[in-house]
Amino acid sequence: MFELIETIFHDYTLRTVTFGSGLLGIISGALGTFAVLRRRSLLGDAISHAALPGVCLAFILTGMKSPLVLFIGAIIVGWTAAMIVSGIVRNSRIKEDSALGLVMSVFFGFGLVLLTYIQKFPNAQQAGLESFLFGQAATLLQRDLTVMAILGIPLLLITALLWKELKLFTFDPDFAAIQGFPVKKIEYLLTSMIVIGIVIGLQTVGVVLMSAMLIAPAAAARQWTNRLEIMTILAAFFGAVAGISGALISSVAEKLPTGPMIVLVISAITLFSLFFAPLRGLVWHRIRQIHNRRQLQLQAVLEDLYILSTQHKEADHAHPIEVLRSMSLGHGGVDRSLKELENRGLVYRKTVGVGVLKEVFVQGWSLTEKGNQEAHGKLGGDAR
Amino acid sequence: MTQTQVEIQLIGIVVAAACALPGVFLVLRRMAFMSDAISHSMLLGLVIGFFVVEDLTSPFLIFAAAITGLVTVALVELLHRTRLVAEDASIGLVFPVLFSIGVLLISKYAGNVHLDTDAVLMGEIAFAPFSRFLVAGIDLGPRSLWIMIGIFLFNVVFILIFFKELKLSTFDSGLAAALGFSPVLLNYALMFSVSITTVGAFDTVGAILVVALMIAPPSAAYLLTDRLDRMLFISVLYGVAAAITGYWAAHFFDVSIAGSMASMTGVLFGLTFLFAPKRGLFSQWKRHRTQKWEFSARMLLVHLHQHEDSPSAMVECRIDHLQEHLSWEESFSQQTVRYAQKREFIRISDGILYLTQDGRTLARQVLVE
Repeated sequence: MFELIETIFHDYTLRTVTFGSGLLGIISGALGTFAVLRRRSLLGDAISHAALPGVCLAFILTGMKSPLVLFIGAIIVGWTAAMIVSGIVRNSRIKEDSALGLVMSVFFGFGLVLLTYIQKFPNAQQAGLESFLFGQAATLLQRDLTVMAILGIPLLLITALLWKELKLFTFDPDFAAIQGFPVKKIEYLLTSMIVIGIVIGLQTVGVVLMSAMLIAPAAAARQWTNRLEIMTILAAFFGAVAGISGALISSVAEKLPTGPMIVLVISAITLFSLFFAPLRGLVWHRIRQIHNRRQLQLQAVLEDLYILSTQHKEADHAHPIEVLRSMSLGHGGVDRSLKELENRGLVYRKTVGVGVLKEVFVQGWSLTEKGNQEAHGKLGGDAR
Repeated sequence: MTQTQVEIQLIGIVVAAACALPGVFLVLRRMAFMSDAISHSMLLGLVIGFFVVEDLTSPFLIFAAAITGLVTVALVELLHRTRLVAEDASIGLVFPVLFSIGVLLISKYAGNVHLDTDAVLMGEIAFAPFSRFLVAGIDLGPRSLWIMIGIFLFNVVFILIFFKELKLSTFDSGLAAALGFSPVLLNYALMFSVSITTVGAFDTVGAILVVALMIAPPSAAYLLTDRLDRMLFISVLYGVAAAITGYWAAHFFDVSIAGSMASMTGVLFGLTFLFAPKRGLFSQWKRHRTQKWEFSARMLLVHLHQHEDSPSAMVECRIDHLQEHLSWEESFSQQTVRYAQKREFIRISDGILYLTQDGRTLARQVLVE
């Protein structure tokens, strides 16, 4: 473990990759919160695919492969794609999912056209553009990191500064509009921020998997809290954990590409959250369900015994379990409930005779004084 | 044209036609992203299938990948049904995982096999004719052409047999369920059709471009018609047109054929979006414009009708008075007058507007309405 940490600080490539993936995780996690809550998760997928021709165009027009140039190209084209999607949805009856799928695949197709066009360039300058497809964290350089920080950290600052606006817009855009907030501008801003956040990650995880970096941390964080502040911070934290550990795992193990590894880690975190997060998690949900059902069964048996006791003269008349079972048909769990009630001192068992001459002796159940009081308190006079 | 060129175009045409058919239902059911999810996650199915049979040409691979497609759909539904995650996020969570596992398996264990992720995503239709379909030593044409013809026919037969059921469950799933058709079963049947089409098409046009061929032509057709049968037909036509024009564009610029076909589906959609007769952007704009003038002209006619033959007509019916009375801008009132004059609702003499017979009738009609 210590060895690994030491390597991170000494190994240039590993350090760059780890920092890059971590930074990316923080940014995409924080921004993803808004995308997921606004149900725009798939916009990320569309934008990341659509950014490919932007990368290619930037290279064709400038002949440069510097990260800033490529990023700007990707941002412009990704943003255009997002605008085209909303233009199509607003001006025709085509639904958002079709518009997203269409723009995404067409832009990506055009990106491939440009890639093959670039490959015919005489110099070998174009090498490495394909890494945008699947991402190659190992090719990250110090200057890439700088550009990521220059573009990414302002995103976090804007999120913090415009917190109130973004929060209101996310949960109740109509109310925000009535209150006089520039809703349209906030929407454009958020879309632009998501576009930039996505473009930052392209080089590390690639266009295909970038959307997962946006969705998964937020979906995981959502399970742990109902507060937006905590959710955003948690999502950024999960994103960072996934980015760093994914990068480390792929550097230790041989032949495990970074992008897919990061996605697997963040998906594992999400899966864990879905199952085990308190309150919302599936496991706790199930436990609560079982607990509630048992509680109801318990009440039913107690009430049945009370009703029986009101119908018999002697207060300590005991009733065989079969009677109780037939009374709580559909509830079930009579045995367990009786045992629990006995533990609480609300009922006691007693041998009773049944049959015409009371000649067969079986075990019966009756309410204790305390049980009687409790049931009476619950049911009151209604039972009669 | 050489034989190879003809064969490439034939493959493109059949792929496009096969994709367009299930695509229509995806677009109508708002499930367009399912094709994206399936096309990505079936990579895992291909890899697992390959590990089992160790043969890239085995039909078992297609089967395994198609099953993965269905598993994807089931997983998305399972996740969505927990109500912990919205539907769009469920889709976005499931397919990257399956795709990632596929990529990791390939790079870990299948690095030296011809199964690289680039090819899966991009495909290369130009190489498709080199793999021949031989029966008893007789060359019957490219293998992928026959596979895609089979899948196309499967889709056609599926849609023909279940046309009524598909139509009903697409437009009114509640009624379909009430009448006893199982929407779930039908949905999975449709998803099977999507899966098998995607798998069949992947090695020619690649996973992501399948999405273009499935979504863009039906979306364009959706802007042109309100009838399901026509929409299916138009979608196939669009797909075929994109395949042929895409091929020649790629030939001319010497670029990726599959990418070029996908771009052409976008171009064709864009043209339709702009110029479709009723729903196009252009005709929408034109309609809005004429509606504006029609409305203001009607206002003018009603105004003239009110003051017609009254003592104040000489004042009220002057052009320059309109600005005051209706608070119109000068240019606006002049344009309105011109519009009404051109349609012979009014005539002008000495700067005073008079209603024609047509104009009077229309004004009365408006007042009755």
